[in-house]
Amino acid sequence: MKYLLLKHYRGNPAPAGDATPMDRWAPEEVDAHVQYMVDFAKRLEETGEFVDSQALSPDGAFVRSDGPGRPPVTDGPFVETKDLIAGWMVIDVESWDRAVELAGELSAAPGAGGKPIHEWLEVRPFLTEMPNGTE
Amino acid sequence: MNQELLRELVPAVIGVLVRRGADFASAEDAVQEALIRALETWPAEPPRDPKAWLVTAAWHKFVDAARSEASRRGREVAVDAEPAPGPAPAADDTLRLYFLCAHPTLPTNAAVALTLRAVGGLTTRQIATAYLVPEATMAQRISRAKRRIDGLPLDRPGDLATVLRVLYLVFNEGYGGDVDLAAEAVRLTRQLVALTDDPEVAGLLALMLLHHARRASRTGPGDRLIPLAEQDRTRWDTGLIAEGVGILQAALARDRLGEYQAQAAIAALHADAPSADRTDWVQIVEWYDELLRLTDSPVVRLNRAVAVGEADGPQAGLKALTDVSPELPRYAAVKAYLHEKGGDLGRAADLYAVAALAATSVPERDHLTRQAARVRQA
Repeated sequence: MKYLLLKHYRGNPAPAGDATPMDRWAPEEVDAHVQYMVDFAKRLEETGEFVDSQALSPDGAFVRSDGPGRPPVTDGPFVETKDLIAGWMVIDVESWDRAVELAGELSAAPGAGGKPIHEWLEVRPFLTEMPNGTE
Repeated sequence: MNQELLRELVPAVIGVLVRRGADFASAEDAVQEALIRALETWPAEPPRDPKAWLVTAAWHKFVDAARSEASRRGREVAVDAEPAPGPAPAADDTLRLYFLCAHPTLPTNAAVALTLRAVGGLTTRQIATAYLVPEATMAQRISRAKRRIDGLPLDRPGDLATVLRVLYLVFNEGYGGDVDLAAEAVRLTRQLVALTDDPEVAGLLALMLLHHARRASRTGPGDRLIPLAEQDRTRWDTGLIAEGVGILQAALARDRLGEYQAQAAIAALHADAPSADRTDWVQIVEWYDELLRLTDSPVVRLNRAVAVGEADGPQAGLKALTDVSPELPRYAAVKAYLHEKGGDLGRAADLYAVAALAATSVPERDHLTRQAARVRQA
């Protein structure tokens, strides 16, 4: 079963750990955090559970059609109060419990002072392409 | 036979089929199918004459496809299953393929894909993996590109500038899947140097070799980006540097300067410096002035500001930066660096943090975040 682990720039509940922004950590703490992420993805590749991981720029806009023959309307940049997605990881695992276990590990990435951030990650099951059961 | 040798045969085999009367799109499809077959069967049964094997296999694929197309349309088409051998292969066949695949009417990503398949001899799957798109998407991109250039004459010299741009884009993609795209771009550019007589092609090859020489030192553990000034210069590939410099010098001696030669000249000056602080920044600024004259590119203007900052001090660099649009992705990063050099650490740290948000790649974002953290601690 595939699950999306969604990381937010903002809009998620405040982390249980230290929320100091990354550019105010010690440089070696930044390195440790990045290494943790790299190692985590590598380990999931080895267990055959990794599918994809992408990071998003905070830039962008909302876009909608304004009717035929007219250029689309954009609404952006995003306002400060809005929920903003930072990136995701897709995993393919045995069960919901395993997805939760892995999200918990990812959330424990080290932050300021080397202590786990305990940030909130959103975990969402994929809908499958086709119904599984018999008709 | 290794895959690279097999790949080298692909453009020539397409050329043979086209000279026997196949249209480019069908010939290219047939050779791709023969190539996939070769990859499957050659490890167990290597042919005595690989090129003849590929020509025969591809011609049969082409004939089969033409017959089924003809019967689908209910028409008789005469195709000889075993044609007389065409005229002797001309080196020009391959050159024409470069021009056709990078035709200026094609979207860039399609030109890149088609070049890698028809000139580079990569399979659709390898290209799709390298560019992280589904194989079906890549197959469609390639067949749409071929429909777009359908009927264009193969016998006219094309636009060399777009060919060079496509090759440089492939080079900058680096590693993708199991294919080393940078090495592939070097190979294709090397081959193009042998087919053309333009110092800019040599300039591009020199630029690639000089960058390639620094590859091992450019990243640390966890894909961490290591900036030029901090790279371990003992890990630079001196053989590639010597080759790049030699090619560049021969190109410059022909006195037809272009942007790739100028960029290679800058790369050569970096490669020549025994340490970051012994870099000849004054000469580098002069080359940036040449580049600006040739291209008037905003990115060149931005990079020139860094060089001016090194040659004449951070205040001069910041002054040069006033000519540059703040909209450029790396603008804040350059400004941060110049402020740091000038001793304004608070401002530098804030700008590095802003630059991290504007970064266009993950390693760059992490690097700039680390820079902010480092400067705040200082």
